[in-house]
Amino acid sequence: MEQNYINQEEVSRRIPGRLAVNKVVRGLFLTSTLFGLVVLAILLYDVITDSWGWIDWQFLTSVMSFNEEAAGIIGAISGTLWLMLIVGPVTMIIGVATAIYLEEYVKEGRVRTFFETNVANLAGVPSIVFGLLGLTVFVRLMNMGSVVLAGGLTMSLLVLPIVIVSAQESLRAVPSYLREASFGMGATRWQTIRSVVLPAALPSILTGMILAMSRAIGETAPLIALGIPALLIPLPSGLFDSFTVLPVQVYYWTIDAALNQNYASLAAATIVVLLVLMFILNSAAILIRNKFQQRF
Amino acid sequence: MSINSLQERPSREEATVTQEEAREAVFRTEGLNLWYGNTQALHNIELDQRANEVTAIIGPSGCGKSTYIKTLNRMVQMNPIVKVTGKVYYRDQNIFDRKFPVEELRTRVGMVFQKPNPFPKTIFENVAYGPKIHGIRNKKLLAEIVEESLKGAAIWEEVKDRLQENAFGLSGGQQQRLCIARCLAIEPDVILMDEPTSALDPKSTLKVEELVQQLKSKYSIMIVTHNMQQAARISDRTAFFLNGEVIEFDETDKIFSNPSDKRTEDYITGRFG
Repeated sequence: MEQNYINQEEVSRRIPGRLAVNKVVRGLFLTSTLFGLVVLAILLYDVITDSWGWIDWQFLTSVMSFNEEAAGIIGAISGTLWLMLIVGPVTMIIGVATAIYLEEYVKEGRVRTFFETNVANLAGVPSIVFGLLGLTVFVRLMNMGSVVLAGGLTMSLLVLPIVIVSAQESLRAVPSYLREASFGMGATRWQTIRSVVLPAALPSILTGMILAMSRAIGETAPLIALGIPALLIPLPSGLFDSFTVLPVQVYYWTIDAALNQNYASLAAATIVVLLVLMFILNSAAILIRNKFQQRF
Repeated sequence: MSINSLQERPSREEATVTQEEAREAVFRTEGLNLWYGNTQALHNIELDQRANEVTAIIGPSGCGKSTYIKTLNRMVQMNPIVKVTGKVYYRDQNIFDRKFPVEELRTRVGMVFQKPNPFPKTIFENVAYGPKIHGIRNKKLLAEIVEESLKGAAIWEEVKDRLQENAFGLSGGQQQRLCIARCLAIEPDVILMDEPTSALDPKSTLKVEELVQQLKSKYSIMIVTHNMQQAARISDRTAFFLNGEVIEFDETDKIFSNPSDKRTEDYITGRFG
């Protein structure tokens, strides 16, 4: 080169400014990250101080009561577990089957785009609409009433798109050379899916499943639309029993806090239980992912 | 033997006679054309694979050699945009015939891929996979097949004490021989190899080459290779592909010592490609 294009003095002069920008940007990212964490911390502080002294064995194992000292959430806990018992298998079977069909059977093209767009749209439908859907189809049309099965199926519909999309991602992450190896030996499509693709994708599918479950546990609106009772004494013992769940319990206690300040504390205590449950589920999801993660 | 004299396909009655002969054609390709969408990748291919011989397919990148070998077990048609005309006979059955299930073809025609692709399973399960999908459940029998196949692929001694370990723990060269063992376990008639040593180091490459030499007494082998020395070392016959056409197909010795086409000579002497 005839001349120097880069002026070293100019470079030195600009360095402090560049480093300053570098720091500012890092600070911006950190602030964004902290925003969510700080709000969560405030919420945690709030509910824990509100519920202090209210969470004890009696609270966890008693049924509902108007007397706040005697009230407990065993009904809501068992209702939530019943709900999971339906949402888990139903979404696992239907969601994974749908994902397998879309990823492994339908050729890329208009049909697949049509299906995928609709699944994505379904994921964006407000949860209260699913509640009204459940009310119309399961509670009224099929005449079930506001029972465990109706709630479970409604909740399954709500989280199905999440399960489908995450299962699709998991299947797509299985390298195509594994499928080729299997097809190359004369395996049928189903044999390849069952013996090669699904085992490789399962950890990731399970992670998506658990995250969908924790969404289902926290949802309130659709169940309120279904007409889940505010006050329920007997525990559900079957699919056709009435039930209530933790977030619905929180909702009604929060509304009634105007009548009795202690109900606010009960709501806070229920929130803590709900958060602990979700924390356990999310930890399980992370553990499964780490334990079975396969490097291809 | 020239290409033309092979074009006359024996009728079914004659085929039973020629099967007595050691070197009948197991694959017979007649006027094969193949398109990816609107781009033609193979032009009027005429090629035979004879029993118990190693056929090498050489040519520069993008000449269609991988496409051709993947046509023989119909793997290429997994890509929905591929269109094919012409005929390929596997032992007198047209492989594009709707009545010939692709699963059956692939049981007779095994494939070893460019990149070693063991399943994320144990070494044992990798080899047992093929027999299992074809219905063998007997554990003792499976164990026998696994041992025989691993011996056949010259890797038994290295893995016999670690059959229950994950196949991903093997080296690249071992993985490729495991894939060959997996292929042998379905007792194929033909083995297609798509640049099986391109991802391997020289020592592993040598092992695979020796293996190919041993295997040809029992199997018919077609091997795509980028490496001309490899083709010269291990094959009986060599086809030179260029721009989707077979430029020359002859005895390997003839191709490498006295090619009849100028383009073949240019390629093997390293003037292009």
